[in-house]
Parts: sequence; C-alpha cells; structure tokens
Amino acid sequence: MSLLEVENLWVRFPTRQGIFDAVRGVSFTLERERLGIVGESGSGKSMTGRAILRLIRKPGIVEADAIRLEGRNLLDLTEPEMRKVRGQKISMVMQDPKFSLNPVMTIGDQIMEAYLLHNNTSKAQARAKAIAMLEAVSIRDPERVMRAYPHEMSGGMGQRIMIAMMLIPDPQILIADEPTSALDVSVQRQVLDIMDGLVKERGMGLIFISHDLNLVSEFCDRVLIMYAGRIVEVCDADKLHQAKHPYTQGLLNSLPRLDQPKKHLEVLKRDDAWADGESVGGS
Amino acid sequence: MTALTIKDLNVWFGTDRDRVDAVKSANFDVGIGESFGLVGESGSGKSTILRAITGLAPTWSGEITVEGKQITGATRDRAFYKTVQMVFQDPYASLHPRHTVDQVLSETLHLHGFKDINARVVRLLDDVGLGGKFRFRYPHQISGGQRQRVAVARALAGEPDILLLDEPTSALDVSVQAEILNLLTDLRDEHKLTYLMVSHDLPVIGHMCDRLAVMKDGEIVEVMETDDLRHGTAKHDYSRSLLAASAVA
Repeated sequence: MSLLEVENLWVRFPTRQGIFDAVRGVSFTLERERLGIVGESGSGKSMTGRAILRLIRKPGIVEADAIRLEGRNLLDLTEPEMRKVRGQKISMVMQDPKFSLNPVMTIGDQIMEAYLLHNNTSKAQARAKAIAMLEAVSIRDPERVMRAYPHEMSGGMGQRIMIAMMLIPDPQILIADEPTSALDVSVQRQVLDIMDGLVKERGMGLIFISHDLNLVSEFCDRVLIMYAGRIVEVCDADKLHQAKHPYTQGLLNSLPRLDQPKKHLEVLKRDDAWADGESVGGS
Repeated sequence: MTALTIKDLNVWFGTDRDRVDAVKSANFDVGIGESFGLVGESGSGKSTILRAITGLAPTWSGEITVEGKQITGATRDRAFYKTVQMVFQDPYASLHPRHTVDQVLSETLHLHGFKDINARVVRLLDDVGLGGKFRFRYPHQISGGQRQRVAVARALAGEPDILLLDEPTSALDVSVQAEILNLLTDLRDEHKLTYLMVSHDLPVIGHMCDRLAVMKDGEIVEVMETDDLRHGTAKHDYSRSLLAASAVA
C-alpha cells in the first residue's frame, strides 16, 4: 500500500468570470520516496500540496475521488480529526517564512511552542531541543537567534527556522513548498541533506514542490511536471534532461549555464495545446 | 575614473551583544560600463553593500566613491539619485499596491524634476518591453515578471549611469527570469549602463557579469573574472566550495 494516494484531484475557485480550475484532475501516489512537483507559478503545484492537507480556504473547492493516507481517506475526516493529521502525520513547510512565522514572538518561543505542543516535557528540555534543531539546520549562532524576532532574520534564516519547526513532531510525510528557493546554493545543499536523511532514516515520504528543475532532477527520485493545473509529464528525476514534453524542454533551455555562455537566453514560447488534454497519471 | 570604488567599507547593525558586523573592510571597484557581481550566501553582507551605497544602511565607515565623487554620511543628494538607482529583489513588495504603473512612474519622474512626464512614461514602458496597455494597471493586475519590468522602468526614470541590482530575478520563474535577464542585457547596451548585481545564483552572475566578488561572513574573500568562474579555477577555498555546490544543485 502506498503512503499517500491522490485520485483525480480538482481544486476550483468560483470567480465573477465563472469557475477557475487551479488543479485539474491530478492523480499520483507517494511511496517512501522523494517526489518532486515542478512548474511555474500558477501551475497549481502549491495548490496540490495544500489540497492534500485540506488547507484550501473557502470559497475554494477541493474535489477528489480519494486522498488516502495509508488507506484512510482524508476527505472523510472531520475537522478535529484532520487537525491531528496536520503536523503529526503530514507536515508542511510553506513558501515564505515572512508569512508563516509569528512576527510578535521570538524565534525561540515559537520553536519551543511547537515542541511542547507535541511532547509532554519540561521547558528546559524544549529549549535544548530547539537549540539542537537550529544547529541541525546549520544556524551559526543559535543562542542569539533564539532571542531574535522573525523580522531580524534574513529570508534564508527564516526558512531554516521553519524547517526546524516542522521536523520536531517527526511526521510521516513532509510537504515542502519551495523550501529552499530563498536559500543560497551552499545552504540549500545542507537543508536538502537534512531532508534527505529524514527520508532515508525514518522512512518519510517527501513531496518537494519547486520551480528549480536542476535542483529537483538532482535531489528527487521522481518528478511530476505541472502546467496550467494538470500533470503534463512524469519522469524519473535523473532522466529529466531527456524529457519529451516541449514545456519541460523549454524550461530547461531558459536556464543560464556556466559552461555555455551566450548573450541572450532562450525564452519559452508557450503553446495553448499544453493546457488541454488529460492529466498524466503519476503512479 | 571608475564608476564605483569601495574602500575599507564596514557596515554594522545593533549595539553591544546584538551588534552584527555585516560588512568588514570590503574593497572593490567597478569600471565604467562594467557589470560586476557580488555572490555569497545569505547573511554574507552582499545586499548590505548595496544598501550602504544608496544610504539605506546608515551605520557605515570607509570610503564610497561614485564617479569620482566621495559619498559621506547617511543621506544622499539629488545628483546621487540621478547617477545611481536600485532594483529590488521582490517586485511584489517594492511597488505601491494602490498606485497604478502610471502613478509609480509619474511620481518618480516628477521627483527627478522632469517636465515632459507624459512622453517619458510612454518611453520608459517601451524601453522595458511593456506596451501602453499596462500603463493604468495596478500591481496586482500584472504578473511578477511584468512588475519587475515596472521596477526596472522606475529605476531608469532618472536616466542613471549605475544600476544596483539586488537579486532581480530570484523571485521569478526560470522562464520569466530569462526574459528579465535578456531585458537587462539589452538595456545595458542601449543606455551604456554600469551594473552592480547581487545574486546567490552563480550561473546568473556568470551570464550577466564580467567580474565578481565572492563574499563570506561580511568579507570579500576573492575577486575574480567570470572566465575563472566558468573554468572552475577559483583560488580561495570558499569560492571553490561555492562553485562545487552550485555545479550539482
């Protein structure tokens, strides 16, 4: 049995111009692996991640034949039951640490709160654990960071703090929505190594949402490529550079490369036909 | 004369136990018409250098010389802003949400003391590849790439010689990044601009810049040619590890 099965997922938003389909009939399964979802902004990749946790706010509508976590359909759960799933079973690292951290609480208090909520321990132990977690995501001066407020942190620091916080309850599935796009290459590596270790050691499933094709092809096992709310291509991550779909190829060609200098970069030419047709299943 | 010379620049924030030395005795110079890159991890002080130049980081010491003129203190005069302009990282945050594109550009032109504002707005929009149909839109009605084009147009309004680019494409999709980088390349040729560009993305710096400085913990560890970057012949250990990290990621 798969860790997570998503069947025919739709996310719709009613607008004045009619219903807008952000995600259109997406199906995939997640094993104990690193699954990448790539696409541009607006392709529905973040919405897919949020829909799994039922975090789409009204008036948005989530429809699916089933979203099964170890055989249990998440769509049938009540809201209190769902709250137990979030954080404990499936954790999510959001895109922007500026909006996910509480601006009027110190970093230390926030991490300790996350730990105390899930574990019945003393404050001193929570504090030690929080410092250990900050060190685990390679923050240089954890004592100072514990005292600091989110606005005093750079984007990269904020994101590492978020990841530290999400890993504390030891979830089965981690949905990481652009967790490293605010980080620079050297730190990116360290953060990815931390997540990599979790997948291997604890048998965690990871859904890694990103717009960075190179990163995904290097880090993940399998990749889903999304365009306009549907999956246009599924491939093994190491074979991404042999991708067939013109959209995937276009994205790859628009990246600047150190080994091939040129004056102008290639610009993606879009084809309306990419948005039509059935979604490719990703299982 | 150089476009920009930085000598023994120190920038710090806070006091006592919370004091952070963001930049420590940085030295480099950017020639006229050159494109110079600053790379390093977050918190290495690369954006802080740009902020010190423009007067957004008031606590600094050392020498900053712009086109032969030395800069002092925390405030800058009008002539400075006609020479140096900055493009910020996040086009979502750097445009006023309740001002139309027209208002953003008109106000900037007005502050620069131009009289023929109407004609200039049209020309600026043309320059950055946005047609007249975007003129009366609000920021939320245009895409991220288009917003960054507006931000570039605003920077160009005062007809500056030097553009400071603070991660101009890191908030954008790769396909849009290609468009903005192409735009910046064309504008540099057209207007004979000098670029000082900050990025954590080495391929982007390699694509845009002639020379670059590698920063770590507020210090410049190495200044090198882009060719060295391409061939992976960095001298300093840290630059080498940065190169290695970006080659696989």
